[in-house]
Amino acid sequence: MLPDTIKKAEKAKEKKSPYGYDIDLEKFIKEEAGEHERINKATEVPKKMRNTLLKVGVDPTEKERAGTFIQVDQTGIYSSQASKTVEIMGLNLALEKYNWLKDYMWKVVAPDTDKYTAHTALRESEGNIGGYFIRSKPNSREIFPLQACMFIGDERVMQTLHNIIIAEENSELHIITGCATGEDVSSALHLGITEFYIKKGAKVTYTMIHNWAEQVEVRPRTGILVGDNATFINNYILTSPVKSIQSYPTAYCTGENSRVVFQSILGGRKESILDMGSRVILDGKGSSAEIVSRAVSKDKSEIYSRGHLAGRVPEVKGHLECHGLVLSDDSMIYAVPELVGSATDLEMSHEAAVGKIAEEEILYLTSRGLTEEEAASMIVRGFLSMDIKGLPPELAEETKRMLDMSLKGM
Amino acid sequence: MLLEITDLAVEVEGKEVLEDIDLYIDKGETHVLLGPNGSGKSTLFMTILGFPKYKVKKGEIIFKGKDITELPTTERVRMGIGVSFQNPPPIRGVKLIDLLKIENGQTVEEELNPEIMETAKKLKFDERFLERDVNMGFSGGEVKRSEILQLLAQKPDFIMFDEPDSGVDIENVELLAEEINTLLEKDKKPGQRQRAGLLITHLGYILNFVRADIAHVLLDGKIACTGNPKEILDDIRTEGFNGCVRCCQTQ
Ligand SMILES: Nc1ncnc2c1ncn2[C@@H]1O[C@H](COP(=O)(O)OP(=O)(O)OP(=O)(O)O)[C@@H](O)[C@H]1O
Ligand SMILES: [Mg+2]
Repeated sequence: MLPDTIKKAEKAKEKKSPYGYDIDLEKFIKEEAGEHERINKATEVPKKMRNTLLKVGVDPTEKERAGTFIQVDQTGIYSSQASKTVEIMGLNLALEKYNWLKDYMWKVVAPDTDKYTAHTALRESEGNIGGYFIRSKPNSREIFPLQACMFIGDERVMQTLHNIIIAEENSELHIITGCATGEDVSSALHLGITEFYIKKGAKVTYTMIHNWAEQVEVRPRTGILVGDNATFINNYILTSPVKSIQSYPTAYCTGENSRVVFQSILGGRKESILDMGSRVILDGKGSSAEIVSRAVSKDKSEIYSRGHLAGRVPEVKGHLECHGLVLSDDSMIYAVPELVGSATDLEMSHEAAVGKIAEEEILYLTSRGLTEEEAASMIVRGFLSMDIKGLPPELAEETKRMLDMSLKGM
Repeated sequence: MLLEITDLAVEVEGKEVLEDIDLYIDKGETHVLLGPNGSGKSTLFMTILGFPKYKVKKGEIIFKGKDITELPTTERVRMGIGVSFQNPPPIRGVKLIDLLKIENGQTVEEELNPEIMETAKKLKFDERFLERDVNMGFSGGEVKRSEILQLLAQKPDFIMFDEPDSGVDIENVELLAEEINTLLEKDKKPGQRQRAGLLITHLGYILNFVRADIAHVLLDGKIACTGNPKEILDDIRTEGFNGCVRCCQTQ
């Protein structure tokens, strides 16, 4: 690791994040890599874990998957690859294999962003490297998705990881990634750095499903660099309770005609605090962005749905859409759409609406024989089950199934 | 008697809308409800359906021999009441096909009953259309056809149609009328029909295709006149609602 990175991280060790409440990192156990045994086949994961994996879209049979990576706590226990055009492996192995890879580390996410990035960088410098490396070859197209699972199996563990995803020029790559905790884990901390490098003409879709336990704290940090004519599509689904999650991925559309779409589906339950944002910096001529989110708050949950579009050069376009339904008096949704235009001739807009379920809609469904509760849950599920755009047909269908499954609990 | 309404008075948002309503509808009958805008026709529908905003101040509603005046809508519908709305709301994410399954007693996971699919085709809906969110961006005519299709899936015993023909072109009115006749078992002899209907119409054009037995004219929240649908419609056409009521009173 570069000495400069370590220096920066050292300085930021105590730096609080401007979003999300501060987490005391000392409360968690820093497990070493290698605590869990590697497995030879994804189907060898313990039975209990298997069901959890399925819930977050990770299929242990690896049917119609281009490759798989599984990390448990701090240990990469499994990786496999069925495709000839994409690579997937633990970041530690990739760093040994490719000398050039270090040049991609901490370039779109700064190590001194906050204490969480700093801690992850420092643990890395001590040899505790979690996370995966994915790379698609130039001019390749893999229609089957890669799948990655970050699993927390031990109580009070601090999971740190660093993912690097490189889509070489004119390649297409799809990733399903699930994060989950074991059934017997109640509290834990997940810190995940993810850096995307999407080169000229490439397309990456990244569909993430989270399924944490009720006392788990989550602080991912994500940066995406999008090149000329490249596309990045991010889909995020969370409908299960968590203690708190705060994430604000930033995409840098530096390439000409680059395009970014963020689609988020947030179901707040119990006492969850979900602080979820998406930020796009439109720096490339003709670049465009779309941020769409649907949020439903139940019980005592708090949802902060943030969106930020910054247009910095002429001829860029952006739209931000944020809709929320508040289902209980003890819950709340705070929609924060932000637009910053600092060039002439750009087109940016936003649309935000937070409200309750329309009485008229409930009545309509009761007049078809549904009870009020059935009607409300049908409307809520309908509200959240937005059409996820940009996926190839098979993956779109599968994602729809996963979404339907996630929405059953709502 | 399928439906018996006696001495009904109804308030909406603190406003007295209906008063002194007596209405008896038996199996096999089709009644027509006429009246100027704002006279309370939709209010009477919503009251029979049991929407909470419509407060019954007086009187009772008996359906299939049971007092349903205080029953929630869901239970009334499950007892066999069905309605097609004048202006149903669009619901984002709730697919017409899923509603059809539920109305037909299926679960959303099942394939749609092929019979319903056939009926949908008769009403000029293809599979793609059924996948759409209900009433979202439907044209005026599509809304009416979708309402009738849902009733065909539901097969209620007492069916209320709130202006099924308004905003519908002539060809489509005939198409709708045909399905309304199916719903009301018009192919059977009156004595063999199990179902009954109450139909609101302004123009009466649909009555050229759906044979009605009795017409009522609602004026200012009261049933001002009851009689033969054809005669009443003719009176309204020539003398207006007030003229029609006057001649009702002289008869
Ligand atoms: N929710 C409501 N709040 C206040 N007033 C209402 C409400 N619903 C109905 N009304 C009033 O009750 C009266 C009867 O309305 P209703 O909709 O029943 O008339 P209608 O006969 O169906 O008219 P149209 O032919 O225009 O459909 C009107 O004066 C109307 O404004
Ligand atoms: Mg009306």
